[in-house]
Amino acid sequence: MNAASDVGYSAQRHARWHYGEVAFWLVVLACGFAFPSRYLIMTDILRLALFAMSLDLILGYAGIVSLGHAAFFGVGAYAAGLLALHGIVNEPVLALIAAGLAAMVLGFATSFLVIRGVDLTRLMVTLGIALLLEALAERFSNITGGTDGLQGIEMQPILGQIPFDMFGKAGFFYSLAVLFLLFLFARRVVHSPFGLSLRAIKNNPLRAAAIGIPVNRRLIAIYTLAAFYAGIAGALFTQTTAIASLDVFAFERSADLMLVLVIGGTGYLYGGLIGAVIFRMLQELFSTITPQYWQFWIGLVLVVIVLVGRQRLHRWVLYVPNLIIKQVAGRKAVVAVPESDS
Amino acid sequence: MTAILTNLFDGVAYGMLLFVLACGLAVTLGLMNFVNLAHGAFAMAGGYVCMVLVNRMGWPFFAALPLAFVSSAAIGIALERTLYRHLYARSHLDQVLFTIGLTFMSVAAVDYIQGSSRVFINLPAALQGQFDLFGVGIGRYRLMIIVICGLLTVGLQMVLAKTRFGSRLRAAVDDPRAASGLGINVPQVFAFTFAFGCGLAGLGGALSAEILGLDPYFPLKFMIYFLIVVTVGGSSSITGPFLASLLLGIGDVAGKYYVPKMGPFVIYTMMIVILIWRPNGLFGRTAAR
Repeated sequence: MNAASDVGYSAQRHARWHYGEVAFWLVVLACGFAFPSRYLIMTDILRLALFAMSLDLILGYAGIVSLGHAAFFGVGAYAAGLLALHGIVNEPVLALIAAGLAAMVLGFATSFLVIRGVDLTRLMVTLGIALLLEALAERFSNITGGTDGLQGIEMQPILGQIPFDMFGKAGFFYSLAVLFLLFLFARRVVHSPFGLSLRAIKNNPLRAAAIGIPVNRRLIAIYTLAAFYAGIAGALFTQTTAIASLDVFAFERSADLMLVLVIGGTGYLYGGLIGAVIFRMLQELFSTITPQYWQFWIGLVLVVIVLVGRQRLHRWVLYVPNLIIKQVAGRKAVVAVPESDS
Repeated sequence: MTAILTNLFDGVAYGMLLFVLACGLAVTLGLMNFVNLAHGAFAMAGGYVCMVLVNRMGWPFFAALPLAFVSSAAIGIALERTLYRHLYARSHLDQVLFTIGLTFMSVAAVDYIQGSSRVFINLPAALQGQFDLFGVGIGRYRLMIIVICGLLTVGLQMVLAKTRFGSRLRAAVDDPRAASGLGINVPQVFAFTFAFGCGLAGLGGALSAEILGLDPYFPLKFMIYFLIVVTVGGSSSITGPFLASLLLGIGDVAGKYYVPKMGPFVIYTMMIVILIWRPNGLFGRTAAR
């Protein structure tokens, strides 16, 4: 067996669906039927998961550290809100795609700024873009509603068939469907040769360029795609809550997103989904203990995670599942977080 | 004409203040290549210490200022020895996460202890009001800021350029390995510099309560300003950040006065354009290695 087919074989083996993944999605679907009184928070988690997955695409696969990912979320949210408010595109799915495309255009335009320079410049530029958009949204308050936000958005039935109900059931399954479809696409992308080349860039841009990968073009492509995903997440936010306000651009949103991804782990797509669940639960827990000061505990979690070390933490968490698998199936550990630190 | 001069004066005072607040960050971020987003938290600590001393315990304002410096520096050195020093070699992502976490904690902690509303420091009567100089309105408080910050800047430049410690620091930054080979205790130099930078931030925080406003959200609100000063100014000397903060101060005051509707828009656009044009800052060799 020569090297090329060897690489191809192992890449294909990684790309295959595992039983665990199927079980994961079945559990998510089952949650939709098991907790009918919790649709709102579960929809919130799905949205956050999609948003985190979008950051994972650029952070976990391409190694771009962004402090302003909320920019695209916000553009998607306002685009969906404005489309629905002025009745330009009434059908939610079409509006969702349109909002995603709007964020994508912004992502493409700003990607040229982001690929220049080192980590530090990237941090500054992404942060600056999000702040700039927030200032713009505040400035043009006749369009965006300023600090009051967009109000009085009425959503039409999905595909003209299923209306949004007040318990959020339709919203939940709508969000779940969108998340799953986008997940399938992202999964396909990261396991393709394109996705493998992104990992090569993340590990060593210089070496990647030397073996003939067009580094800048790949980074622009994935950044644009991630912007599309974030835009969709923002549009889902507006469509399921029927509001869009200035805080969609807030720095805290970008910072929280980082925490979500760090809790879940980067570079295997499920990190965002798992992180979103844990993050929301932590948030609920902290705000029941200290309603006003939950941010303190969130901060503490971040500090502890970094001090302990992300990889070590994930090893600890996976220790018990791996032990069980070892005992029951008699195999060596199969559950692992394929995380390479940048 | 006089309005322009008054604006210029205010802008210079604002810029000087930003320089004192941010020059500690210029060292950690620019020289030690550590992304410290929690820098504003040290400034806030100094501001609150000064507020408590002056308002609650009746200290004179000028006696409380040095204590603001000392307390922030003490917090800085404690955190540097216990937490920060483990993270120097980590990735930027880890540093960002860690310092964001610290910022969140400081915001919530101050909110818990002192309440979330804006606080004011009682100023002595000699510092209030303004006087006319050839028809230009000069605020007494702002004049004091320019004097204090100007002296500090000159002093810093002297220390960095002329003293033994200054040359050690420059050597440690240029090439840590060669410097430690020559017998310079690099971690000690860094720790001392870090603490000094935090102390300056604390002093700046105490001075800025009157002009920028002091509330628990201070670290988040002004983080971007500090970062702009450092990234735009570069890090080869302290002249770069100094000029950058003057530029930022004058630009911001003028922007708010002449095009109030554009708000902070001008500053952010300027920053992005400058970073695209020169990714390593206007005056810098390299912002990061």
